[in-house]
Amino acid sequence: MDIAIFYIAAIVAVAGAVMMILQRNPVASVLYLIISLLAQAMLFVQLKAVFVGALLVIVYAGAILVLFLFVIMLLNLRGEKFTSDKPFLDRGAKITMAVLLFFELVILIKQMAFPQRMDELMVQSSPDFGGVEPVAKLLYTKYLYPFELTSILLLVAIVGAVIMAKKEKPEEGED
Amino acid sequence: MVPMPHYLIVSALLFSIGIAGVILSRNLIIMFMSIELMLNAANLAIITFSRFLNLMDGHVFVFLVMAVAAAEAAVGLAMIMTIFRNRGSIDADKFNLMKW
Repeated sequence: MDIAIFYIAAIVAVAGAVMMILQRNPVASVLYLIISLLAQAMLFVQLKAVFVGALLVIVYAGAILVLFLFVIMLLNLRGEKFTSDKPFLDRGAKITMAVLLFFELVILIKQMAFPQRMDELMVQSSPDFGGVEPVAKLLYTKYLYPFELTSILLLVAIVGAVIMAKKEKPEEGED
Repeated sequence: MVPMPHYLIVSALLFSIGIAGVILSRNLIIMFMSIELMLNAANLAIITFSRFLNLMDGHVFVFLVMAVAAAEAAVGLAMIMTIFRNRGSIDADKFNLMKW
């Protein structure tokens, strides 16, 4: 049962990602990315990361990708023609690069020494592993400093986004 | 119980697809979404390790990565909008002003 859920979620996540990069229409691309992210959230929940899985659905699929949709609608890209590269030379070389990277990562995973006592650890894991309370406790004690820094990062990002997206007024005295 | 390398291979696959999306696509928005996909692939690997080592620290890291991704999305999309306003296009190959 466990392995069936894993395979369904993994196949949907990978298929959604592949469809995302193959789409011409950015709106369809965003929707495929949402499908892929929901399947990834399923994998997170299967790994007992319930809180983080819920965050993935709410923050990523819910907020960030809606922001993408807003920007796509604002830009009005209808009729935009993208330069395309030569199918066999450029595209083939790029796809080969990505496939080689994947095989490199697989070799790395195969060579990794996995600890032997992993199964013991799994049995010991507490029932509320990955729940809101234990994660929040870590966040507010051991990782308090990085957590506070995150708020500064978000503030800077807000200010930066507002300044950059603002319409520039024509300079006084010119034209 | 699904063994750990399975999850890591899914993560590697998603990361490679993200790389492929960044180098194959000319559309800035799709390139940007591929970057988000790569961040998520890394998150999946972190969660896998944190599950199989029975440490919850990985969840905190993923939380912070998500905050960074949100900040990055806001700034990046603002940049894309500014580029579109100035050049009338979001084709990455057309921005060759700095090309020697």
